[in-house]
Amino acid sequence: MNLNRTLPLLFVISVLMSFSVRAELSIQITQGIDNPIPIAVVPFSWEGSGVLDEDIGEIVTADLQQVGEFRALSPSNMLALPREEREVYYRDWSVLAQDYLLVGKVQRSPGSELIQVQYEFFDINREIKLAGEVLTGTTSQLRDIGHEISNVVFELVTGTRGAFTTQILYIVSEFVSPEVSYFRLEKADYDGRRAQVLLESREPIMSPSWSPNGQDIAYVSFETDLPRIYTQNIATGQRRQITNFPNINSSPVWSPDGTKLAMVLSKDGSPDIYVQDLLSNELIRITDHPAIDTEPAWSRDGRSLVFMSDRTGQPQIYQMEIGASTYDVERLTYDCFHCAKGQFLPDGVNLVHVRRETRQSPEYQISIMNVETLRVITLTSTKFDESPSVAPNGSMIMYATKFNGRGVLDAVSIDGRVKFRLPSSRGDVREPAWSPYLN
Amino acid sequence: MTPIKNLIKSVVIGLALVSLAACKSSSDAETEVTDAGSMGSTSSESTSSAAQASGAGTSGRLSAEQIQAENALRQTVFYFDFDIAEFRGADRETLMYHARDLSANPSKRLRLEGHADERGTREYNLALGERRANSILNYLIVNGASRSQIEVVSYGEERPAMTGQSESVYNRNRRVEVVAR
Repeated sequence: MNLNRTLPLLFVISVLMSFSVRAELSIQITQGIDNPIPIAVVPFSWEGSGVLDEDIGEIVTADLQQVGEFRALSPSNMLALPREEREVYYRDWSVLAQDYLLVGKVQRSPGSELIQVQYEFFDINREIKLAGEVLTGTTSQLRDIGHEISNVVFELVTGTRGAFTTQILYIVSEFVSPEVSYFRLEKADYDGRRAQVLLESREPIMSPSWSPNGQDIAYVSFETDLPRIYTQNIATGQRRQITNFPNINSSPVWSPDGTKLAMVLSKDGSPDIYVQDLLSNELIRITDHPAIDTEPAWSRDGRSLVFMSDRTGQPQIYQMEIGASTYDVERLTYDCFHCAKGQFLPDGVNLVHVRRETRQSPEYQISIMNVETLRVITLTSTKFDESPSVAPNGSMIMYATKFNGRGVLDAVSIDGRVKFRLPSSRGDVREPAWSPYLN
Repeated sequence: MTPIKNLIKSVVIGLALVSLAACKSSSDAETEVTDAGSMGSTSSESTSSAAQASGAGTSGRLSAEQIQAENALRQTVFYFDFDIAEFRGADRETLMYHARDLSANPSKRLRLEGHADERGTREYNLALGERRANSILNYLIVNGASRSQIEVVSYGEERPAMTGQSESVYNRNRRVEVVAR
C-alpha cells in the first residue's frame, strides 16, 4: 500500500531531476497516465573513442515517456547494465517489476566514420527476445536511429505503428514593433529537435501543410504584401506560387492522393472553399455562401471536405461532398458558441476541433466530438488552444497554446490523459502541422 | 491674438469635445481613455496648422468644414467591437470625409488593412479582418470613392498593434488601418 503510493511520486521526482540535469532537452511532460507500462532502457554502451553527441538510450526513453504509455526505470535503480543478450538475466528485471527490457551498444563501423547501433528488446514476463538488429548511420543520424528503435518498441508493445520518426512544421514570429516582425516557417523532428528554417520573411507566413508523401509543403506567405499560396519542395527548396487571385488566398490543404489543393479564396466577395488541381490548374468551387467559409480539411477518402462557416452567425463545422450542390451541406456541430478547425481522426467518426462552449466562457480548447453519438470530450484545459494537428498514427494531437504569454506547442494524447510541451527558445510558436509517415 | 484666431481655436476645441463625446458613447471604458488621449493630441496639432494657414492665407480664414475634414483625414485607424465586422457609428462622419477626399482626388490610392484580435482560429480571423476592411470599403464606395482607388488586405491576427492577452490589447488589435499608397 505504502509502496504503491510512493512509486508515482518517485517517478515524478526522477522525471523532474532528469530535466534539470539536461537543460537543453526540449520536451516537458506536463501530465502523465496512472498505470504506464514499466520498461527498462539500459544506457547504450559506447565502445569507441571520444564522446558521442547523442545518447540513444535517452532518446528512446524520452520518446516512450512522452507518449505516456510507458514508465522508464531509472538507470540508478538497475541491478545490472547488460549490453547484449548474453548478459541479460530476466530475474534482474522481474524483481524490479519491469515488463520490458531494451539493451544495446554503439560502435564505430570498422574502417569507416559510420556508427553501428545494435539493440535487443526483451519481454521479461515471457522471457523471450522480441526484436534485435544492427542499424548503421552517420553521427548526425543518431537521433533517427534512436527514434527508429522507439518505433519498433512502441509497435511491439502497443500494436500501433510508432510516429517517432515523423516531423512537424510550424510558424515562429518575433514581434519587434507593430511595423517590424520576423516570421519563420520551420521544420523539426516531432519532439521539436533539429529545427530547420524553411522560409524567413518580414511579412506573415501562415497555414503550413504537408503533401501526403511528405516531400512537399504548402503555405500562405504575405511576401508580396498580399496573402498568396505557395508550395515548396523540402529537399530542393524549390518554390512555386500557386495562386494570385484578388483578396484572400489561404488555407491550402493537400488532398489524400496528392493531386489537388483545397483552399480558401474570397475573389468573388466572401471567403469560399475551392479545390485546385495541381496538374491542370483547374479550379472547382465547393461552397458558395455570402458568409465566411474557411478551414477546409479532407476526409480520408478524399471525397468530402469538412469546413468552418459562420453562416448561422457563429462559427460552426460543416461537411460537404465534392461535386455536390452547394446547398447540400451537412452541419456537424450545434452545441457550442464557436466550433472551428474541424478534421476527422483516421476512424472517420471522431471530429477533432477547437471549441468555445458559450459566449460567456472565453476559453478555446481542443475537443473531439463523435459525430454518431454526439459525445464531446475536451482534451485541454488551457485558454488559447488552437490549430490541432493529428499524428499519423492517430495517437496524439499537437496544438498551439500560450504559456506565460508566449506561443508554444503542446501535444495531448487522443484520450486526453498525457500531455507534453515543446518549449522554444524565442518568439511565438504556432500552427503545428504533423507530417505523414516519412519512411 | 486676432478675434479670428480665437474663433478658430474655439471651433477646434468644440469639435474635439464633440468627437470626444462620440467616443464615449461608442465603447467600453478601456477604449474611451486611449481614444480621448489620441483625439486630444489631434486637436492641438490642428490648432497650430489652422493658425499657420490663417496667417499665410489671403482670406485668413479656414472654414469649420475644412478643419473638420483635415481632422477626419488624420484619423487612419478605426477600431471594431468584439466579433463585429461593422465599423462603429461614431466613425461614420470621419469615413465620409475619407470618401469625399478620394472622390475629389481620383489619383489618390488607399490600402485598407483589416486586423482581428487573437481570439478564435487564425483562418477565421483572417476572414474577419477582410470583412471589417470591406465594411469600410463599401461605405467609401457608396459615398463617392472609386473601387480602383482602394486595395483591401486582411492580416487577421498576424500583425497585432500590441501583444498581450488583456481586453485593452484586444481592443487595440481589432482595427482597420487606412494606409496611403
